[in-house]
Amino acid sequence: MTGMREGVTSVAEQEISTRLVELLTQQRESLGAAWLENVSATLRGRISVAELDRELRELYSALVDGLRTGGFDWQGDSYAEVRALLGELSRNRARQGFSPTETAVSVLAGKEILEPTTETSAEDIHAYLRLSRLMDALGLYTLEVYAKTREEIISAQSEQLMELSTPVVKLWEGVVAVPLVGTLDSARTQVVMEKLLQTLVDTGSDQAIIDITGVPAVDTEVAQHLLKTVVAARLMGAECTISGIRPQIAQTIVALGIQFGDIVTKATLADALKHALRRNSVDLGRAGGAA
Amino acid sequence: MSGPRPLPDADHETITIESNDDVVRARQLVRTLAQRCKLSLVDQTKLVTAASELARNTLVYGGGGVMRTGLVRRDSRVGVTAVFEDSGPGIPDLDLALTDGWTSGGGLGLGLSGARRLVDDFTLDTEVGRGTQVAVTKWAR
Amino acid sequence: MTERVPVLKIGDVLLVSIQVDLEDQTVLDLQDDLAARIVATGASGVVIDITAVEIVDSFVGRMLATTAAISRMLDAETVVVGMRPAVAITLVELGLSLGGVRTALTLEKGLDMLARPDSRPPAKP
Repeated sequence: MTGMREGVTSVAEQEISTRLVELLTQQRESLGAAWLENVSATLRGRISVAELDRELRELYSALVDGLRTGGFDWQGDSYAEVRALLGELSRNRARQGFSPTETAVSVLAGKEILEPTTETSAEDIHAYLRLSRLMDALGLYTLEVYAKTREEIISAQSEQLMELSTPVVKLWEGVVAVPLVGTLDSARTQVVMEKLLQTLVDTGSDQAIIDITGVPAVDTEVAQHLLKTVVAARLMGAECTISGIRPQIAQTIVALGIQFGDIVTKATLADALKHALRRNSVDLGRAGGAA
Repeated sequence: MSGPRPLPDADHETITIESNDDVVRARQLVRTLAQRCKLSLVDQTKLVTAASELARNTLVYGGGGVMRTGLVRRDSRVGVTAVFEDSGPGIPDLDLALTDGWTSGGGLGLGLSGARRLVDDFTLDTEVGRGTQVAVTKWAR
Repeated sequence: MTERVPVLKIGDVLLVSIQVDLEDQTVLDLQDDLAARIVATGASGVVIDITAVEIVDSFVGRMLATTAAISRMLDAETVVVGMRPAVAITLVELGLSLGGVRTALTLEKGLDMLARPDSRPPAKP
């Protein structure tokens, strides 16, 4: 979609944009009404007519201004207002859950308003075609903004989900655990790691258990993250035990050549808890019972 | 050595690194920017630590230099970029320098490999006799 | 004149609470001050509290390791306490080993640890 840059507009293009401005201004009321009708038909009452009317009127005015001062250069400064309005429209639609089509139709329905009939002059048909091309470009722009907004929403939601699905629980005085469930990816494992370490500080616990009973598979990256979590916990002065390593996972880890060194691993969460408590009581014992 | 790397979309700040005070200033400046683009606490810590390592390298190994830093944009992401530049001796053996060194006593002790792991984008330009330029970027997630 | 980090004495133990963004010279001064105070007081333990420290780079890391080594030679054990999670994660990523420096979650646990020698192995890489 190559628009001609401002200042390099051909005489022909200028004539066309002038003609369009003329048409659009003269028949503003009827064309605006037609546009509104087309759009509200597709949106079937999910947006109030009054609101749609306001949206489209603003867009209409901005479009005419754009044509008047910037020709067909929809990416230039003259169309900044148009782009801003379309962006806002798009973002709102995306947030409210409208489909991409429903969003784009607000723009594309504008094409029909000047549709030629058998009585239209050749010159005006030309103008219509040019307008049609412009509206297509704007329609695509609307979709781009829509898509981006949807991505942002999904991204925010998945973050929230990650937060909610990694609960760190206090099992005993001085012992916290995080039971991991489902497939782990790098991002989620990092979130878990940070949360676990912070909980150690918040609860004053110096024993952590990471239970992976509910994790079907572990790859190199995840195993590395687990390792790093244990090392980080140690640096802080806490100890970390990994429990729930099933035979398949053990095989995978060995096959991947990942060294777990002296990190304690237990088959079940219960064993890990026993181990953690034993560690703590041994220390208490040596101090002669002093806490 | 290629010329200064342009920072797209950035209003960046440049400080000289000629003393220990400057290393502290470098840290503070990078931390401020990291907070501005809302990097998570862990990411902030990683970036500022990397900046500290690189600033110190510039001072100690590079004989002094500059740091240029600022916010950058790519698509819809925002991040912090820091470029460390010196006209020092340059690094003769890149492979060695990027080896995990100073825990085992080997390597050049430049902490470059460590710093690289702390950031998202890492580029290194060096030539013996001309100097070194290290550019790092950390993006907000 | 650079600020010096204060060294307090609690019984047999020296306590250093690092509050500021450490400048290199401050770090080196601290090393010297601690060594001198250990000898002067005959302290058997040192606790370095880094609860307020937001950035630990290789320089500071090496200082901690060196201080622990020096203290050990002067017959005192060192424990580093209060390391923040973000700092720990960064150190692991940096690949920095604190070379056998013992660590504890809190000042209390650190003092506990010093009172009971050999109860916990030092933090391994």
